[in-house]
Amino acid sequence: MNDIAVIGAGMHPWGKWGRSFVSYGTAAARAALADAGLDWTDIGSVVGADTMRCGYPGYVAGATFAQALGWQGARVTSVYAACASGAQAIGTARAQILAGLADAVLVVGADSTPKGFFAPAGGERPDDPDWLRFRILGATNPAYFALYARRRMALYGDTPEDFARVKVKNAAAGALNPLARYRKPVTAEEVAASAVVADPLRLLDICATSDGGAALVLCGLDFARRHGHPDPVRIRAVSTVSPTYPRAALDLPDIATDSTTALDPAPHAFRASIARAAYEEAGLGPEDLSLAEVYDLSTALELEWYEDIGLCGPGEGAKLLRDGTTRLGGALPVNTSGGLASFGEAVPAQAIAQVCELTWQLRGTAGDRQVPGARAGITANQGLFGHGSAVVAVR
Amino acid sequence: MARTRRPVVTGWFTDDTVPEGAFRLLGTRCSACAAVFFPREDDACRNPVCPGGGALGEVPLSPRGRVWSYTDGRYRPPAPYVSDPDAPWEPYTLVAVELAAEGMVVLGQAAPGVRTSDLRVGQEVEVVPGVLNEDAEHVWTTWHWRPVAPERTEERA
Repeated sequence: MNDIAVIGAGMHPWGKWGRSFVSYGTAAARAALADAGLDWTDIGSVVGADTMRCGYPGYVAGATFAQALGWQGARVTSVYAACASGAQAIGTARAQILAGLADAVLVVGADSTPKGFFAPAGGERPDDPDWLRFRILGATNPAYFALYARRRMALYGDTPEDFARVKVKNAAAGALNPLARYRKPVTAEEVAASAVVADPLRLLDICATSDGGAALVLCGLDFARRHGHPDPVRIRAVSTVSPTYPRAALDLPDIATDSTTALDPAPHAFRASIARAAYEEAGLGPEDLSLAEVYDLSTALELEWYEDIGLCGPGEGAKLLRDGTTRLGGALPVNTSGGLASFGEAVPAQAIAQVCELTWQLRGTAGDRQVPGARAGITANQGLFGHGSAVVAVR
Repeated sequence: MARTRRPVVTGWFTDDTVPEGAFRLLGTRCSACAAVFFPREDDACRNPVCPGGGALGEVPLSPRGRVWSYTDGRYRPPAPYVSDPDAPWEPYTLVAVELAAEGMVVLGQAAPGVRTSDLRVGQEVEVVPGVLNEDAEHVWTTWHWRPVAPERTEERA
């Protein structure tokens, strides 16, 4: 087993606070260190998940957080994989721990976001697919979410009411989470009354962009035992797979899919392959899960994740939702944290925040959101430009 | 001074020297493994199991395909999308089109006047030349997807 221990988890509440990402990240880091019972000077390595929106300090997030906490000589690493940055940071920390390069590693991600649509980097950059999709098509992120949603409606008979149910479910969980940005229950009527952003998705179907920060203290199992954590939450798998050519599913920021003229697509599309790799590494499957945290950039996308992480077959996501299986109190709650619906997206922090929620659930300290007897959970996420992200944690 | 017509991106579609009916998106095709690329790939084949030794040559994509999905943009997208901030925002329609021969889905804006209510998944559409925006010096040209008129579908049937 290549398990590592999660001995500290900490977050800065999500919101629109208007401060530097550094302050959210260091607050989360201090919370995680306190949770672990370690001093900052006990940390041998810092891995920062980068943000592209906050200038140079964001590109070197590992060093930025290390400096803000007070240089103490630790190894620093900074990684970027869009929405999957946090999983890559966790994966990097795990590799260092398992290789014996560091005893205890601090993983931090934080962001400070502008209002409105995410936009590409500036300038005239016709070689950048992310720039091109805005220049040629005006294709915002919600436009892609809407294309997937409409496709589900045509293929599986999903309805806007199904999508609204996802929001209602996640808002109910988020209302119980003091770290969430939106903490009010939402009704289906409120979703239906919100403005259409990209047909068929409405404002309340689409996640906001938020400020926030999340951090973990990770270490080997021996180190955990020696530092007062005899039975820690364990990370059993970290999947950071990339797609397989030809990639037949349209994805941000691409203007077209790969052609299948030379080669048939792999039997499992990219998103499904992310979870499969995690399950294979963990030696468990969807039937072993107590809960899941998935990347609900839109309500409709959460239903796709149900299918992609193997909770049900293709096209059965809406049924699982209607059954109540995935709500708090259901047989397999999804997004017990409230998900992106309640948090909004703070890109480099988000995959780390997903693991914070798993940690609290597996410890049995999730309060009103607690899944009784939680033993295993998965997080799933995907970063644009082909970045898979899934973590399996157990207790 | 007359504005010059210029493609918003070079080499992705046929120019004004061909009649409108002959307008095509332009990709590239690997001579070794038959992989097709759009947007065009001119450096090297990206099929990881391509036997190699081939060349990438320009190839027109199928002019017709079927709607894979569609949406619209009800709010003004950020730059580099060009729009007049003083004019009221006019939503545009975005269509993802499945090309059977190439086995790929290609995005594009719908031709002016095509609304989401005019579209359905599986419907036949064709590629047509279009204008993305105009500025003081240029008319920036692009491709649009347009539903194939019912009578023309029948002709083909």
